[in-house]
Amino acid sequence: MKSTLLICFKEFKGYFVSPIGYAVLALFGLIFGITFSTTVSQMASLGLRAQMMGQQQPMSVNEMVIRPMLGFAGTIVLFLIPMITMRLIAEEKRNGTIELLLTSPIEDIEIILGKWLAAVLLYLCVLGMSALSIGMLFLWGKPDLKPVLVAYLGLLLQGGCLLAIGTFVSTTTKNQIVAGGVTFFFSLGLYLLNYYTEFATGAFWQVLNYLSIVTHMDNFSKGVIDSKDVIFYFSMMFFFLFLTSRSMESLRWRS
Amino acid sequence: MIKVEGLTKRYARTVAVDNISFEVEKGQIVGFLGPNGAGKTTTMRVLTCFLPPTSGTATVAGFDVVENPMEVKKRIGYLPETPPVYPEMEVIEYLKFVGQLKGISSADINKKVSEVIGRCSLGDVSKKLIGKLSKGYRQRVGLAQAIIHNPDVLILDEPTSGLDPKQIIEIRDLLKQLSGDHTIILSTHILTEVEQSCERVIIISQGKLVAIDSVSNLTNRLRGSESVVLEVEAVNGSPNPGDVQGRLESVSGVSRVVLKDSKNGKLAFEIESLQGRIIRSELARTVVNSGWNLSELRAVGLSLEDIFLELTSTEKKKAAPVEAATQENDGGKK
Repeated sequence: MKSTLLICFKEFKGYFVSPIGYAVLALFGLIFGITFSTTVSQMASLGLRAQMMGQQQPMSVNEMVIRPMLGFAGTIVLFLIPMITMRLIAEEKRNGTIELLLTSPIEDIEIILGKWLAAVLLYLCVLGMSALSIGMLFLWGKPDLKPVLVAYLGLLLQGGCLLAIGTFVSTTTKNQIVAGGVTFFFSLGLYLLNYYTEFATGAFWQVLNYLSIVTHMDNFSKGVIDSKDVIFYFSMMFFFLFLTSRSMESLRWRS
Repeated sequence: MIKVEGLTKRYARTVAVDNISFEVEKGQIVGFLGPNGAGKTTTMRVLTCFLPPTSGTATVAGFDVVENPMEVKKRIGYLPETPPVYPEMEVIEYLKFVGQLKGISSADINKKVSEVIGRCSLGDVSKKLIGKLSKGYRQRVGLAQAIIHNPDVLILDEPTSGLDPKQIIEIRDLLKQLSGDHTIILSTHILTEVEQSCERVIIISQGKLVAIDSVSNLTNRLRGSESVVLEVEAVNGSPNPGDVQGRLESVSGVSRVVLKDSKNGKLAFEIESLQGRIIRSELARTVVNSGWNLSELRAVGLSLEDIFLELTSTEKKKAAPVEAATQENDGGKK
């Protein structure tokens, strides 16, 4: 446990010694910020127009800004997560420092958990950037807080899964770019799976649809915590972290 | 302290280490010699629990590397071929990280770090980023990392590569200091290094154990004939080379005299002795008694280098050992 935290802090600090941490945060902040401001001004003008026409449409900030924006955040992170995870183990392999970690008196799983936790921490910072914008809505409006929190929980769980996948991919190569690319296609694939299978029928397609990580985000973004989704996310995380540990072990046998 | 029995490590197609057995006692410094690709690094990696053996066993301080890797890892300090350092960390920060990773409590860590910084003379660079350090300093940081938790066993893979001569001497002294209560295995292909700092030598070639003995025993065992270079000054063509050669050949114990050079009024001979005979003093006396000026006399004799070459090339004459040896010819003989 102590070693896990040790590695986690070292890794988290590493993000901000290299440009990666700043790049991820800046990129997300930029894209999210621009989209947020356009969405909010669209809603404002829509409201203005409705008032001028004398219509009394009920308008909800939750429905019109927060939900689409958090959904959008979920999409952007698909692209950012490979940037977060690509260096985790690939860089250790390239530097030869993996030899230090594997010959130190710590378990493989402590290394993996530490690295993954560091990635989750950075991911939380990314989500924090979006919370800055969303928080402003609470200053000038009265949105419902609970569905926002649930949506964030969903984003965190979805991110945890994708980060676990990224960590796994990072153990399989020495090359950061390859690790990033493969993770990107992995998460893109999972994202598209949702598109392709949304309205499909038949057991096979439904299974595929179920496996798409994004599908399980729906309920969360509506403010619903379904145990089915929570279990799905936790089992995905567990599965990929398990794969990572097997892959680390195979480093010893193959290298 | 270290016991290896029938160790074999096979990669997909090649056998890197083939049925090696040896033992190292507590407090010894053992040199691990072999041409490139002989299996030195693989053996070390097995001992440090980085790689599992294909068959055979290895135990460190009584713990098996496969069954009890945690206990083994606690007792080992390991410096791999490339020092395992994070370029984006400061030296102090890195040593703290490694120290804690090796299980030093946070109460002791600062003391241990400053101790090891002093030992490896890293004081000047302790606040610098490791990525900005020269190769020599990085190597020392690697060494500091290996000894920080005061391990019983030190395993060093080419600890002096990339260092300048002064640094090499410093590292050598450091190793001598450590040798009392630490068991040290170091691999190298710089042979003078082994001659100077190791008590025993393990020579492997193509994955097989070729020799394991103390340095002096090895030299004695393999010493065939001594060979000597002798130079006599000649003024105005006297003495004449034939005379000198004849006189030298008559010295007892000499088997062969070859005139190598006769430039600038100097006659250089290479002389070989019979098996096991020391002929230098006798040669000197002969030259001086004949009234000639002796300007140089030195033994080219069998060094560990020759032994190494002999042992590693008898199996199969391949390019690798020769290549390793030619490198040594530059640095080894001074």
